[in-house]
Parts: sequence; C-alpha cells; structure tokens
Amino acid sequence: MSYHSFLLEPISCHAWNKDRTQIALCPNNHEVHIYKKDGSNWNKIHVLKEHNGQVTGIDWAPESNRIVTCGTDRNAYVWTLKGDAWKPTLVILRINRAARCVKWSPKENKFAVGSGSRLISVCYFEQDNDWWVCKHIKKPIRSTILCLDWHPNNVLLAAGSCDFKCRIFSAYIKEVEEKPAPTAWGSKMPFGEVMFESTGTAGWVHGVCFSDSGNRVAWASHDSTVAVAEGGKTAVCASLTSETLPLLCVTFITENSLVAAGHDCYPVLFVYDSNKAALSFGGKLDIPKQSAQKGMSARERFQNLDKKATTDSKEAVLESVHKNSISQLSILNGGKAQCAKFCTTGMDGGMTIWDVKTLESAMKDLKIV
Amino acid sequence: MSKNTVSDRFRKVDVDEYDENKFVDEEEGGENQQGPDEAEVDSLIRQGNLMGALQAVLKNPPINTKNQNVKDRAEGLVLKVLSSFKSTDIEKGVQSLDKNGVDLLMKYIYKGFERPSENSSAVLLQWHEKALSAGGVGCIVRVLTARKTV
Repeated sequence: MSYHSFLLEPISCHAWNKDRTQIALCPNNHEVHIYKKDGSNWNKIHVLKEHNGQVTGIDWAPESNRIVTCGTDRNAYVWTLKGDAWKPTLVILRINRAARCVKWSPKENKFAVGSGSRLISVCYFEQDNDWWVCKHIKKPIRSTILCLDWHPNNVLLAAGSCDFKCRIFSAYIKEVEEKPAPTAWGSKMPFGEVMFESTGTAGWVHGVCFSDSGNRVAWASHDSTVAVAEGGKTAVCASLTSETLPLLCVTFITENSLVAAGHDCYPVLFVYDSNKAALSFGGKLDIPKQSAQKGMSARERFQNLDKKATTDSKEAVLESVHKNSISQLSILNGGKAQCAKFCTTGMDGGMTIWDVKTLESAMKDLKIV
Repeated sequence: MSKNTVSDRFRKVDVDEYDENKFVDEEEGGENQQGPDEAEVDSLIRQGNLMGALQAVLKNPPINTKNQNVKDRAEGLVLKVLSSFKSTDIEKGVQSLDKNGVDLLMKYIYKGFERPSENSSAVLLQWHEKALSAGGVGCIVRVLTARKTV
C-alpha cells in the first residue's frame, strides 16, 4: 500500500477521475483542489472556488467527465471541463440546511444530494430550460441524510440517515428514463417509494453501499455495527456488532466481502455468508511496521509506573498507516465485483492506496470470497 | 451597537420544535416489563450460586418501560449480585455471558456509575475492566448510542 500525505488538515471528501490519474479533494475549506499524478508526486493543477461553505461531497462522473460538488452553503455545482478550466453551473437544491453527500447515478443523467433538511434532492438536467432541476424525497425521513449509494439499475437509491435507519428509495424520474424492470427489492417503483427500511440497528448510519449486483445493501452504523440486507420476498438482514470504534464508510469489494473503515484508523474486512445469512469479521487490513523492541531501562520502568501506573512498555502511538479517523473509502480498480485496489482518505490529511492482492498474501488467514 | 444584541435568548429557541416531521422515538410496549425476578435472584444468591444469579438478573431488562421505579429496582438488584461476587470470580462471570449479555452488563455498570453509593464504584470498576476486555470499546459505544436503556 502507498500512503501520501496531502495536507495537515483533514480531507473532507475526495473523488477520482476515470483513469485514476487525477483526484479531486476538499482540504476542509470552501475549495476543491484537483491533483494530478506525476510519477510518484502529486501536483495541484486546478483549484475550484465557488462554494461559500465547506464542501461536504464530491463525485466525479467517469464517462461524462463532470464533477458535482455540494457544500454547507446549501448549494451544489456541476463542473464541466472547458478547455483548461473547470466551469461551474449552479444547481438549486431548494434545501434550507447544509448538503451532506452527493452521488452521480450509474448512467450519469442524474445525481442525488443528501442534506440536513431531512430530504434527498434528486437532480436531473432539463433540456428545454437548459437548467438542472430537482425533485425531493421527503417521507419518511426524519433526520439528516449522511450517505447515499445508487443501485446499478439507475433508479434505486440507498440512503443512510441520522434517524437510525437505512432505506432504499426509488428515484425514478420519468423525464430522463424508461420504467425500470423489477428487482429483488420490489417491482413497483414510483418516485419516492420506500422499497426497504432497516430495523434493528441503533445509531446514525454513516456509510451505505449496494453490492455489484444490487441485490445486497450494507450499512455501517454509529453503534459499532455493520449490517447487510439481502433483497427478496422478505428482506433478510444480518448484522454484526463489533468491538471497535464506529465505522464511517463501507464498500463491497466482491459480492460477499466488505471493507469498512472508521474511527479506528485502519480498514477491516467482513465476510457475508448468504446461506447462513450471517456476517463475520474477516480481519484487520493494516500491516503494522514491525517496530524494534527497545529494552527498557530501570529508570524508564519506574517512570512509567509513576506516571501511568503501568509497567507496559507500549507507547501511545498508533501503529496504523492513517494517524486519524478514515472518513471515506473509494474503489479504484475492479469495481465492486472484483476490487483490486481501493483508496482511503482521512482526517489526518493523508490518502492511502491499498492493493487487495498484496493484503491477501500478507495476511495468512485472510480470505476474500 | 443596537439594543438587540443585549439579549441572546433567541439562541436557545428550538426552531424545529413545531415541525411535524420531527423525529420521535418509537413507542414500544414496555408496560409488561417488570425487570428481573427479585425472588429468584435472591434465592440464588443465598444458595451461593452466583453464576446463576448473574444470568437471572440479566434476564428481562426493563429497557422499554417508562416506569422509573422498575428501572431503579432492577439496577439495585444487579448491583447486589455484582457486589456479592469475589474479585477472582468476576472474570469467569463475564466469560459466561454472550455478546448481548456483555452489552447489557455494560449498560447496568454505567447506570450504576451514575449514582455512586459507598462501595459501588470500586466493585463496578472491577467489573468494567473485565467487561471491557470481553466486549471492547464497541460495547461502550453501544451503551452511549442506545436510545432506550436500562
């Protein structure tokens, strides 16, 4: 894995371009910086300044090469590359609280914005008026939407919210697409219909992710649990309580394996067994450096006992690559079906690229099914 | 400076109070929850079967009830059982519980911390240490995030 420290401030959010040579990230302020990879260095090539508040979400559409950003100033902008510069187009979201997360749909003809106004704005481009318009999904959301993920059929949208629920909505916009075929989550999908609502887990839902086929959805909740639901006649839910601090982001790397990361500063693997409908812990994915064991002098031992009432020689230094919480996880290669590389950014201002093959060979008991 | 800046009471106004979409906790029927059975637990303590007493006192937790007396009684009972354990047996007691049991035990421990009595904190701290090594920090996070607790 390779770690690169971009800044001293936390990276609020990031997004990669199609060929993974450029990364757009927000350095915890009102701007978006785009860095381009040059050998082993990263050079800042663009600075996108338009937001009046912190940028909370960035998504880069791979095919159409457009960037959508949303921020605490209650606005979203769609940026298109004209020549050598990125030009913004304002999108009126009609929200009265901050926007929290944004995602392009798989076909890139619409995007969804989750906000503190307890609603999701689904925005699409209206050709006649040459303007982005939006529709709201309000019921039955009772609190801020923290995270979103689209189903591969371009219609269903999973949303994790601060009212402790993960829901799947239909975001079908008849102006831009055909009626969708039935899925595992249901067949009637009018706009705003709730196809699935989770029960059982408490705690804000920080991260949500559909699997590659769209038949499974996973979410990470603030009460240190991860859960997977499988669609079908009756949705089957499996959850796992973990012994670690809450996880903030989760993604499928194959149809049965999930990688999640959060306040413990290292990614972890979970494996879902659909026969038993059970989720199990797969292993910690960080390979700590083997630090040399220094012998402790008698004086150090006494000092430890005096100051900390312990004879332990462990220093309070994090052994993981990231030195602060990991806030976002993104897949680089292989998609959600056979992920080969994924990237994490965190509050320590650093970005790490993890190679799945290397991790598998480094950890003997790790099995990614 | 205008006169308006003298009072800042406006900052404490809850702008979402009259919003009909406000989040309300689900009302789950808690009327029948009586908490652990006092007689059963007492008899098990008297017999010296402390493991059994621990299992019995963690049954039927008054999580959903709004009756504060039931909750206080349950907490008192749990404290009695925890105090009657010998320090060396605490670890075995924790091992005998499953994941949900450890979470529930941690909830009772923190409830006990809220109102310390003579010796309760020392006993609870010993239990806390053992429960922490069994349940990890995740267990404590679940105590903090639970909206309905003992």
